[in-house]
Amino acid sequence: MAENIAEVSDSSFDGDVLQSELPVLVDFWAPWCGPCKAIGPVIEEISKTYEGKVKFFKCNVDDNPVTPGNYGIRAIPTLLLFKGGEKKEQIVGMVDKAKIEDALNKSL
Amino acid sequence: MKTPDYDLVIIGAGPAGLTASIYAARARLNTLVLEKAAPGGQILVTDWIENYPGFPEGLSGADLIMKMMEQARRFGVEIETSQVLSMDISDTIKELVLDNRTVTCKAVIVATGASPMKLGVPGEEEFYGKGISTCATCDAPFFRNSVVAAVGGGDTAVQESIFLTRFVEKVYLIHRRDQLRAARILQERALENPKIEIVWDSVVTSVNGSDAGVESVSIKNVKTGETRELVVEGCFMWVGTVPNTSFLQGAVEVNRGGFVVVNARMETSVPGVFAAGDVRDTPLRQVATAVGDSAIAAAEAANYIETLESL
Repeated sequence: MAENIAEVSDSSFDGDVLQSELPVLVDFWAPWCGPCKAIGPVIEEISKTYEGKVKFFKCNVDDNPVTPGNYGIRAIPTLLLFKGGEKKEQIVGMVDKAKIEDALNKSL
Repeated sequence: MKTPDYDLVIIGAGPAGLTASIYAARARLNTLVLEKAAPGGQILVTDWIENYPGFPEGLSGADLIMKMMEQARRFGVEIETSQVLSMDISDTIKELVLDNRTVTCKAVIVATGASPMKLGVPGEEEFYGKGISTCATCDAPFFRNSVVAAVGGGDTAVQESIFLTRFVEKVYLIHRRDQLRAARILQERALENPKIEIVWDSVVTSVNGSDAGVESVSIKNVKTGETRELVVEGCFMWVGTVPNTSFLQGAVEVNRGGFVVVNARMETSVPGVFAAGDVRDTPLRQVATAVGDSAIAAAEAANYIETLESL
């Protein structure tokens, strides 16, 4: 586990993500998803760049079915960006690092 | 001549780019490997590879990439997460504009692969990630006991439809012709699979749904003109690929589909620029062909660089 990226669960989602003062990027993933594993290191790199400005969480959709269901997620990896408890961006699939950074920059 | 930053820049770190990097490292070329997303490329979404020799039991695309990366690292290859925005390849020293800096080099191998082609039908953009997918290994578990559509008739469409049946109740495999293009062994498996219903001679005309996601696909029989709606919760698209070449901006010759034209030495129309793997104009896009292309491309790039230095 990268130091900047914590796990978030169905039960901690409200407190960790929706109540957060900082914008939050949540990476929805599962162990069986190849692209999710591949995108992990990219998110880690980004989390270092945005340290202190954006919070980063990973949500294992196998263990936490409620949250992905609430946001209509039917594909992973999906990245959701929250600000002030509201979903601002949804990025689906394996995307360029630049695309993720663009989304973050828009919210800062 | 002024010394460039690198001998060789390899763009892309899928099977093609990683193979080229192994050969380049062993040729002791000063090499930069660039990957705009994560190493692996399209192979990451492949649930099971059983036609790549050396792995008699088969293995997942993600595991194969891990092994290739491990092998590349053994020879000191490092992969940088960075994207090529544009390049000037007209001179002996090539200049590549990346998203974080500009680099110069003597030779380039384009190994950027291809991406799933879009159908271009209404609903496709809207429901991507909300029922539309191109990755069965990623998304099949979201459709447990559901009815889904799959579009295509090639190896990918048929293999991945078979994979889907481990999770879903039923797959409508929608194909525009009256026979599949996939390898015979895959066709046989699909035809025998009770969960797969092949919808022949048909194309998807729209994907329909609501805020909750995909609810149906509209299809049309291309022979009879008959239209109907299939009630599905998901739609998987495997209708071919488009090359990842936007950064080339017409600097090298491409074919009608946009794939880079090369000769048997993997040389493009520009000296010192090579292309390998799915991005090139080739009759077959497989891990095995990408690996073969790249071994040639890297060896030829090494020859080219050596010739430059002896001038």
